[in-house]
Amino acid sequence: MADHKTNKDQRYDRQLRLWGDHGQEALENAHVCLVNAAASGTEILKNLVLPGIGAFTIVDGHRVSGEDVGNKYLKLSCRTVLLNRAQATTELLQELNTDVSGNFVEENPDRLLDNDPEFFHRFSLVIAVQLEESTCLRLGSVLWNAAVPFLVCRTYGLVGYMRLVVREHTVVESHPDNALEDLRLDQPFPELTNHITSYDLDNMEKKDHSHTPWVIIVAKYLQKWCREHDFQLPRNYKEKEAFRQLLREGIRKNENGTPEEEENFDEAIKNVNTALNPSKIPTAVEDLFNAEQCENITSQSPAFWVMVRAVRDFVQAEGRGSLPVRGTIPDMIADSDKFISLQNVYRERALQDAAAVSRHVESHLQAVGKLPECISEQDIRLFCKNAAFLRVVHCRALVEEYGVDTVHKDEITSCMDNPDSEMVLYLMLRSVDCFYQQHSRYPGVYNYQVEDDIVRLKLCVHSLLQEYGLTVNVKDDYVHEFCRYGAAEPHTVAAFMGGAAAQEAIKLITHQFVPFNNTFIYNAMAQTSATFQL
Amino acid sequence: MALDVGSSGDWDGRWRHVQKFLERSGPFTHPDFEPSEETLQFLLETCKILVIGAGGLGCELLKNLALSGFRHIHVVDMDTIDVSNLNRQFLFRSKDVGHPKAEVAADFINSRVPGCHVVPHFKKIQEFDESFYRQFHIIVCGLDSIIARRWMNGMLLSLLVYDDGVLDPSSIIPLIDGGTEGFKGNARVILPGMTACIDCTLELYPPQINFPMCTIASMPRLPEHCIEYARILQWPKEKPFGDGVALDGDNPEHIHWVFQKSLERAAEFNIIGVTYRLTQGVVKRIIPAVASTNAVIAGTVPSRENTALFAYVPLNNYLVFNDVDGLYTYTFEAERKENCSACSQVPQKLQFPPSAKLQEVLEYLTENASLQMKSPAITATLEGKNKTLYLQTVASIEEKTRPNLCKTLKELGLADGQELAVADVTTPQTVLFKLNFTS
Repeated sequence: MADHKTNKDQRYDRQLRLWGDHGQEALENAHVCLVNAAASGTEILKNLVLPGIGAFTIVDGHRVSGEDVGNKYLKLSCRTVLLNRAQATTELLQELNTDVSGNFVEENPDRLLDNDPEFFHRFSLVIAVQLEESTCLRLGSVLWNAAVPFLVCRTYGLVGYMRLVVREHTVVESHPDNALEDLRLDQPFPELTNHITSYDLDNMEKKDHSHTPWVIIVAKYLQKWCREHDFQLPRNYKEKEAFRQLLREGIRKNENGTPEEEENFDEAIKNVNTALNPSKIPTAVEDLFNAEQCENITSQSPAFWVMVRAVRDFVQAEGRGSLPVRGTIPDMIADSDKFISLQNVYRERALQDAAAVSRHVESHLQAVGKLPECISEQDIRLFCKNAAFLRVVHCRALVEEYGVDTVHKDEITSCMDNPDSEMVLYLMLRSVDCFYQQHSRYPGVYNYQVEDDIVRLKLCVHSLLQEYGLTVNVKDDYVHEFCRYGAAEPHTVAAFMGGAAAQEAIKLITHQFVPFNNTFIYNAMAQTSATFQL
Repeated sequence: MALDVGSSGDWDGRWRHVQKFLERSGPFTHPDFEPSEETLQFLLETCKILVIGAGGLGCELLKNLALSGFRHIHVVDMDTIDVSNLNRQFLFRSKDVGHPKAEVAADFINSRVPGCHVVPHFKKIQEFDESFYRQFHIIVCGLDSIIARRWMNGMLLSLLVYDDGVLDPSSIIPLIDGGTEGFKGNARVILPGMTACIDCTLELYPPQINFPMCTIASMPRLPEHCIEYARILQWPKEKPFGDGVALDGDNPEHIHWVFQKSLERAAEFNIIGVTYRLTQGVVKRIIPAVASTNAVIAGTVPSRENTALFAYVPLNNYLVFNDVDGLYTYTFEAERKENCSACSQVPQKLQFPPSAKLQEVLEYLTENASLQMKSPAITATLEGKNKTLYLQTVASIEEKTRPNLCKTLKELGLADGQELAVADVTTPQTVLFKLNFTS
C-alpha cells in the first residue's frame, strides 16, 4: 500500500506541485462523462486520464470509421475497426493509466436523453464534443436542472470552440499570478506596531542596522513621516519621492560621510510603492459580501458561503474593516533572527484572525442546526489565507444564450465592430448548426458540395442574424472558409482544444485556478483566441 | 467492416481531415498557395522532420506529426524514462522506465501508426554535425534547456549560405521552438537569417534564481536556503557517499541525505517548511508540468508548420499561452536584434581599458543580458600562435590558465583591435569579438 502511494507520488510529482495533494484527491474522486469519442474528445480524456482522474464514462453510439483511425491519437489499430467507437476508445485510454476506471455506454446520446436522462446526474462533469445543436441543448437543459457542470467543446476546421455551463462555481485557491503582499503597513495591527517599536534603528550596531528587514525600516520611517505630516501617509508621487529621500538619509555613513552599502535600505526604497498600497478589500470580495448567498445562510448553504459570511462578520467586528491577515511575507535581506521573528508576527496574527473567523463559522453552523466539524479548521485557515483572492464564476444556461430575448446582443454587436474579430467565428459556428438543422448535414463535406453550399450557408447566416436582430456584417470570406472546412476535425486543432478543455475540467473538479467565462474561441489560422460572455 | 489497407498503407478516409486543407482553395490561404493533391504526397513521402526532445512536448509533437501525415521523422533525446514522466509523456509506460526516451517513443509510433517511420537517436544534439541537420525540411524543438536551444539556433545559422551577401533561401531550415512550465507555454517560428532568432530575444527568458552565498552560508531565512546550504556547502565538504561522488538528484538516497541535513539546518534557525518534495524541487530545479499545457503548445506547432510549409500566411512569430485564469493567448512579432551575437553577422565588440583584468572580460561575457554565456573559453592569436587565455571546462587547462584571470589585458599581450575567439556551450561556432581599448 505504502509502495503504491509512493509510486503515485512519484508519478504525479510534477502536477502535485501545481494543485497539491488535496487537488489530486479531488481529481481521483471525480467521474467525468464524455459524450462522443471524436478525436477532440479522446484528446480531452487523455489529458484527464494521464493526471489520474478517478473514472470516466464515454457515451457514443458510433462505429469506428476510417477517418477515426486516421485521426485519433490512440492510433487505433486496424483490428479495432470492428468495435464501436466508445469501447475502442475506452480500452485504449485505460492503457495510459491503470489507476483510472474507464467505462463506456454504446448508445446514442439522444436516445439516452429520451429513456434515462437521470443517467447524467451521477457525474462530476459532463463534456460533450462535436455534438449536434439540438442534442446539445437538450443535454444542457438536463444538466442545468441537475446542477451538473457542462463543458461543450468543438473542433470545426481551423476553429476551436468551448462553452462552459455552470450555475455557480466557487474558487478559494485561485493562485493569482501577481498577488499583492499583505503587509498592513498603512494600518499596522497592534502586535506589528509593538514589534516595530522594539527596534531602535539609530542606536543599533552597524551589522544589525544593515540586516534589519525593509518592512521594519519603512514602518519606522512611516511613523516619523506621519508625526510630521498630520498623520497622513505619503499620497502622491511627490510625497512618495520625499519619503524615499527620507529613507535614503537613513542610510548610515562612514567617517568620510559617504553612505555605506546597506542593501536592506535599497530594498526599502524600491518597495515604497508596494508598502504604501492601501490594505483594502478587493471589489470582487465586497461583491461576495453583498451576495444573497452570503446574506442568507441556511442548512443548504455550501461551506464556501458559510465561510464568506464568517469573514464578512469578522471584517465588521474583530477585523475592523480588514480581511484576516494573510500571514506570509516575501523574502527580504535580513539576518535569520530578525526575518523569522517578523514572519512569526504576521503568522501568529493570521492564526488569531482565522480562529476568530472560525468562531463565526461555528455560530452560523449552530444556528442552522449543523455540527461545527462540518467545516474543518484546515479549510477555514486556507480560506482566510486566500480571502483576498476568492472568486465565484457563473456561466449561464445555453437556453439563455440561444433565446431571442436573452441573447447578449450588445456583446456580439460591439465585438463585430471589428469584422475579423473571433466573434465572427462564433456566428459562423451557429450558422453551420442552422445549416445542419435544415439539411441534416454540414456544408462542404464533399468537394462537389462546396460551391453550392456557400450559397446555402450564406442564407443560413442571414436568417440567423435576422432572427436575433443582429445588424452586423459577416464577410463572405468566412462563409467560403467554413464551407472549405467541410466539418473537418484536424488533429492539431483537436489536440489544442483537448489540452485547453482538459485544463478547464481540472479547474472545475479541483476548485483551484479560475475557469473561463463562458465562451472560448480559438482561431488556428491566425493563432489567436478570445473569450466572450454569451 | 474490415479495413481495406491499400498498397501505400493507407485506407479510405484516412487523410480526409488533412486533405480538405491541402486540396481546396480558400480566402485566407497564402497568396502562393496552390491547392493540389501533390502536397499531401509531399507530406507523406518526401518531407523530413526532426523533432528534438521526446519529453512532454516531444511526445505530443510526435503524435501530432504522425497523425497529420508526416512519415519521415527523426527524434533526438539523450534522456531515459523516469516515473515522474508518466503523468504526461504518454508514449511511455511503467515498464519503459529506465529506457531511452527516443527509442521507446519511436517504437510506439512506428507500431501504432501504419506507414509512419520514426528514427530514434539516443544522443545529445551536440553529437551531430551540419551534415545531419542539413537533411531536414523543418526542425521542431521541445527542449527543456535554454543552452540547448541556443546551440540548435547556432547550428542552423551556421548552415546558411550567402551568395554575394544575399541569403540563399534554400539554405534556411525553419526552426519551431516550444516550451512549457506549469500552466504557461510559448511557441515560436524562427526562419534563421530572416526572423528573430533565439539569441535576439534572450531577455525574454527569466533569469534563473540563485540565492546569494552569504544568505546561504550565514543568514538563511527560507527553507530553500537551508536546502541549498546542504547541497552547495555540506555535500562537497562531507562527501557522504564517497570521494568524487557528485550529488545525483535522481538518487533517492542522495535526496534523503540532503533532506535530513536541511531539516537540521532549518531547526537551528527556527525555519519551518522543509519537506522532501521541496528538497527534491530545489536540488533538481524541478519545473511543475502537466499534460494539458504540453498538449496546447504542441497543438500550435504543427499548425505553424502547415502555415510555414503549405497554406496560410505565417503571421506573427511568437505565441504565449497562460491558462491560470481563464485562457489567455498573445501573439506578437519578435524583432531581430541589430547586433545579435548569433545571427546579425555584426562583429561583436569588447570595450575595456588595457588595465582591465581578464576576469572582468569573463564576467562581462557571462553576465551581459544579451550574451549570457555559461563557461566561455577565450583564445587569441599572439605572436602568430593560437593561445588559450582561459578555459573552464577541462580541469587541467583551467588550473593552468587560472592565473591569467588576474592579469591585465595589457600584461597578457593583447593589442587594441585584436580579435578574441570565444567558445561556449551556448553555440556550436566560436564567436569573434573585437577588442577595443578604452582610455
